[in-house]
Amino acid sequence: MKAPLGGGQKAARLMENFTPIASTIGGILIGLSASLLLLMNGRIAGISGIASGILNPKPGEIAWRMAFLGGLVGGGVVMAAAFPALFVNSLGNSLAGTAAAGLVVGFGVRLGSGCTSGHGVCGLSRMSARSLAATLTFIATGAVTVFVIRNFLGGHL
Amino acid sequence: VKENSPLYLASAFVSGLLFSVGLAVGGMTQPSKVAGFLDFFGDWDPSLTFVMGGAVAVHVVLFRVIMKRSSPLLALKFQVPTRNDLTPQLLGGAALFGIGWGMAGFCPGPAIVSLGSFTASSFAIVVGMYTGFVLYNLVFDAQRTAGLPNRAAPK
Repeated sequence: MKAPLGGGQKAARLMENFTPIASTIGGILIGLSASLLLLMNGRIAGISGIASGILNPKPGEIAWRMAFLGGLVGGGVVMAAAFPALFVNSLGNSLAGTAAAGLVVGFGVRLGSGCTSGHGVCGLSRMSARSLAATLTFIATGAVTVFVIRNFLGGHL
Repeated sequence: VKENSPLYLASAFVSGLLFSVGLAVGGMTQPSKVAGFLDFFGDWDPSLTFVMGGAVAVHVVLFRVIMKRSSPLLALKFQVPTRNDLTPQLLGGAALFGIGWGMAGFCPGPAIVSLGSFTASSFAIVVGMYTGFVLYNLVFDAQRTAGLPNRAAPK
C-alpha cells in the first residue's frame, strides 16, 4: 500500500531512486560485452537464446553457451558478495508468483525470439525492425502489468 | 580457427562476466528498480533507459566496425539474425515476455545473474523460466514432428 505522494515528495523519491550514472556505466559494459562476443565468437549476445539453447543439444552448441552462462552466474556471485544491495528483491512477491512470472517470461521469449538483450540491445543496435517492434511491445505490456498489479492487485503477486 | 577452442570458450565466459557486471551495476538485478522503470503511470524511475541507451550507444558503433570484417576472430563466420518480418509469434511472444517481466521485475539475464546471490526468488524465477522453455519446446516440437517444415535444418 502506497500513501499518495505530493509533488515535492514525489520528486524527492525519484531523485533517491534515479541512478543515471551507474546505469549508463552498466549499459556501456553490456554494450562492450555484446561487442566482444560478436568480434571473437561471431555470436549475438541474446541471453534467452543462449540460455534456452542448452536444452536443444546440437553438436558444438553447448560448451560456449555454458561458458557464457557460467560467466553470468560467476559475475553474479562476485557482485552479490561485494555489493549485496544490488541484489535486494523488495517487490514482495511470493515464490509461486515469481515462478509463474518466470514461466511467462520463458515461454514468451522463446515465442518472440528474444528478450531485453537480444532485441533491446543487440537488435536495436542492428536497427532491426523486428527488434524495435518487440522492444516497444514488451515495454508496453510490462508497463500495463505493473499498472494493474499496483492499482488493482495490492502491489505484488 | 576452430569453434569451441579453449580461447573461444574463454571469450564466451569473459563476455558473460562483463554482461553480468553491467547488469548488476546498471540496476537490472533489483526487481523494484525494473518495476519502477515500467511504472510510467506512477513513480517512474527512468534509470533503465540509461542502461539500454548506454548499451546501444556502444554496440551500434562497434557492431558496424566489427561487421566490416569477413569473419570473427575465433570462428569461421558471423551468426547474426537477418529476418525482418513482423509475425504474430514475434509480437505475441514479446507481449507475453513483457507481462512476465512486469510481474516479477526479472528478464532472463538478470534472473540468471541473480542466481549468484543465492536468493530464493532468483531460483524461483530461473526454474519458472526453464519450465517456460520446456513448455515451448513441447508445444512447438510437437508441431514440427507433425510434419511442419523444420526451420533448423542442418547446413
